[in-house]
Amino acid sequence: MTKNIINFIATIILGVVLSLFLPWWSVMTAALATSLFIPLKKAAVFFVPFLAILFFWAVYCFMLSSANDFTLAKKISQLLQIGGNPYLLILITGVIGGLAAGIAAVFGKQVVAISKGR
Amino acid sequence: MKYFKLLISFALTIGIFYVLNTKLGAIPPLGKFLNPNSGIWQNETDESLTGEINVHGLTDKVTVHYDELIIPHVFAQNEQDLYKAQGYLTAKHRLWQLEFQTHAAAGRLSEIFGERALNYDRTERRRGMGFGADQVMKYMEDHDPKTLSFVQSYADGVNAYIDQLDPKDYPVEYKLLDYQPEAWTAKKTALLLMYMTKMLAGYDDDLEYTNMLRIVGEENFNLLFPDFFDVTDPVIPKETDWSFIDVPQTELPASQAVLDTIAETIEKPHPDNGSNNWAVSGAKSETGNPILANDPHLGLKLPAIWFVMQLSTPDHNAFGATIPGALGVISGFNQYIAWGETNATRDVIDWYKIEFNEDRTKYKYDGQWKDVSVRIEDIKIKGQESYKDSVLYTHHGPVVYDKNFKSDNERSGYAMRWIGHDGGNNQKTFLELNKAKNYEDYVSALQYWNAPAQNFVFASTEGDIALWIQGKFPNKWEGQGKFLMDGSNPENDWQSYIPQKFNAHTKNPERGFVSSANQHPVDENYPYFVFNDGYETYRNRVINTFFNAKDKFSVQDFKDLHNNNLNLKAKELLPYMFIHMDITSLSEDEIEIYEEIRAWNFNNDIDEVGPSIWRQWYGKLYKMLWDEFDVEDMALTSPYTYQTIYLLKNHGHHEFMDIVATKNTTETAKDLFLLAFKEAAKRLQEIKEEEGDYTWSNYKGTYAGHLLQALPAFSRFDIPIGGDRNIVNATSEDHGPSWRMIVEMTSPPTALGIYPGGQSGNPGSKYYDNFIDDWAAGKYHSLNFLQSNEATSAIIGTQTLIPASND
Repeated sequence: MTKNIINFIATIILGVVLSLFLPWWSVMTAALATSLFIPLKKAAVFFVPFLAILFFWAVYCFMLSSANDFTLAKKISQLLQIGGNPYLLILITGVIGGLAAGIAAVFGKQVVAISKGR
Repeated sequence: MKYFKLLISFALTIGIFYVLNTKLGAIPPLGKFLNPNSGIWQNETDESLTGEINVHGLTDKVTVHYDELIIPHVFAQNEQDLYKAQGYLTAKHRLWQLEFQTHAAAGRLSEIFGERALNYDRTERRRGMGFGADQVMKYMEDHDPKTLSFVQSYADGVNAYIDQLDPKDYPVEYKLLDYQPEAWTAKKTALLLMYMTKMLAGYDDDLEYTNMLRIVGEENFNLLFPDFFDVTDPVIPKETDWSFIDVPQTELPASQAVLDTIAETIEKPHPDNGSNNWAVSGAKSETGNPILANDPHLGLKLPAIWFVMQLSTPDHNAFGATIPGALGVISGFNQYIAWGETNATRDVIDWYKIEFNEDRTKYKYDGQWKDVSVRIEDIKIKGQESYKDSVLYTHHGPVVYDKNFKSDNERSGYAMRWIGHDGGNNQKTFLELNKAKNYEDYVSALQYWNAPAQNFVFASTEGDIALWIQGKFPNKWEGQGKFLMDGSNPENDWQSYIPQKFNAHTKNPERGFVSSANQHPVDENYPYFVFNDGYETYRNRVINTFFNAKDKFSVQDFKDLHNNNLNLKAKELLPYMFIHMDITSLSEDEIEIYEEIRAWNFNNDIDEVGPSIWRQWYGKLYKMLWDEFDVEDMALTSPYTYQTIYLLKNHGHHEFMDIVATKNTTETAKDLFLLAFKEAAKRLQEIKEEEGDYTWSNYKGTYAGHLLQALPAFSRFDIPIGGDRNIVNATSEDHGPSWRMIVEMTSPPTALGIYPGGQSGNPGSKYYDNFIDDWAAGKYHSLNFLQSNEATSAIIGTQTLIPASND
């Protein structure tokens, strides 16, 4: 359980730090790295980094957007045909980031499994 | 198994990376687009209006005061810095639009959109947009290095802004379409000027007229398309004395039109592009100060066409509407004068039939073979190999139509002679107008202007009012260029130009006002050939009637006139139809609609149903009347509204009234009124069922569409505003007064202005479209004309641009 929390926090911190230098796939790199150094088990392999990045992106989006009355988020939500709801757009953004991170972490887990198997 | 899992998870990782990093069809690359660090969330920002910014290449500090409309009031120490700052600030607020418009001008949209824009790009290339911009550059290089240096300063300013951008700062449209801004160049300003020239002087019907002449014969052609209508209320008053003109019109050669059949012509600018301007003298003004107004009618777009700025140096202080990409104020005022433009339509595009030799390297001219030059247009296409289009050039201009484009004739083509290819120095006119102090300065500024020809209205604090129709006009022989001409006959070339000083103008006319609304520039007494090339016939008469109606006018009168919704064409036809239409066969429902329009007072106000009924009725009537010209395989046109109504009232039994499809009956105008009414009533009932009602604002549904084909998320729909085309408040569905300005010539001038948009180009800014509601309601903003570099109470933020040290 604690490992899950450590991975969760580490993924967020690494995600935030890497995003200062790298494009959007910084979150994939972060999740990959934490999966290598703080390996998790079973479903947690995917869901912990998934939730971590979802949390990071959604909170950051909310901070940026709420400061501007969600003006653009409403329009982009309309543009992507999800009904003009800014919160749904924030959630989708989080899920997209989380998905990318989670998948990268699963890959990391397999790398660990291979190297341990040797 | 382990390796299998590794492989699968690796594939998934690469897969999700690819999917989120790549633009798939219309869907932007979602990872790039949505991530909060560099995606669209970074565009959820307020405007930055304070602080200090280092800008490379400035020689001195430039202060920028922002008022609550976020109009920048720019105080620079010299002109080079001023235009650098203008470039910088325009890019700061309108970067994507700035670049996109010049891409559109240059025929480079395929680079952004891929192959679906290729046809558009080819048309613009064949129209010679790039060629024309090259001529503008060449003219400035050879004759006016000073203006060119200002244009270069503007470019440096734009680039100073672009250079400091991080990809996360790119405007949202770049992220949506997944591309990056490129460096701005002086030539892009030339392209922007070409874009204006195309929009305003790119319309002609010569090829359509050629088909029409062949089909209906000369007599009918002249009835349908007369050089002058039976009423003319020209820009330059009828009583003007032209005896000072001592250069005669070109003599008529024995030339014949070439009666070819032309299947298809290139896309033309929107016919609703037009404008109003007017000024009253001090004697006709309630306060004793001249008052001037301008409202250019262009496409209602977001980001808006105009960007309002105050641009000043210690030597001059100008304020008004600028266009992203062009230097200085376009429609505005300074401490001494005010000016504004309307389009002065004139036939400055002519078409020549070209006969080539076998390998298309030469063309016939004056009994000999002359060399063709080739301009290879390399059109880059996103995700594909470039398309190379070889456009052949003759001394007339580009051969737009040939076997490679909208024609299948191996040995011939149609060359375009367009004033837009003549390389004028339009930029200088604006720079000089910004600095002009009186009538003489204004006239001297105008001489550099070639095209698009404009009616430049003028008023000064000294008390003068004036209007010059300025452009470079060929001195044509009677009838020249109405139809396709034989390009091998030198007599058909433009022989000379009307000397600039003989361009029609008026200064302080006796009637106490000047006005223009895209109508006929002059009446038949002007000694040069001018024929009706799509002149407005309604707004001008409403405006002139308004100013003839009383002795003194106020700013409030000017506002009222801007917002005047009188539908003169309905007023001129409806009473006639009411008298002559037999209504005995109308059903109950139809009678109801008939009573509705009978009760209408001819004003296109938002709550009326009359305008909607009129639009339907007249639309159906027009289509029925000109059914013979509604064919697929030939480029045709049909008469203008004024002449259509004239014919309905005066030639009701003419053969054209007959509906071709009804073989056994011969319809007259009277029959068409009824048939059209019944069809209109049917459609109106459908609209009522679908949408609840057909009040004018609902029916018209005015909208301001985003430059990307009115992308709904970034556009504004159902704007409640009255008016229509041919009405002084010329707001149709997607065209209308794109900038309304009223300037009273107090010292310094007092001005009002508004446009349907907002100062910011960012759809995520509250300043993106914040003027629209006030604009629709007919309101104005008072423009804070700062007289010194000191922030007044109207200023909400001050930003200083500081010369960056060259490291």
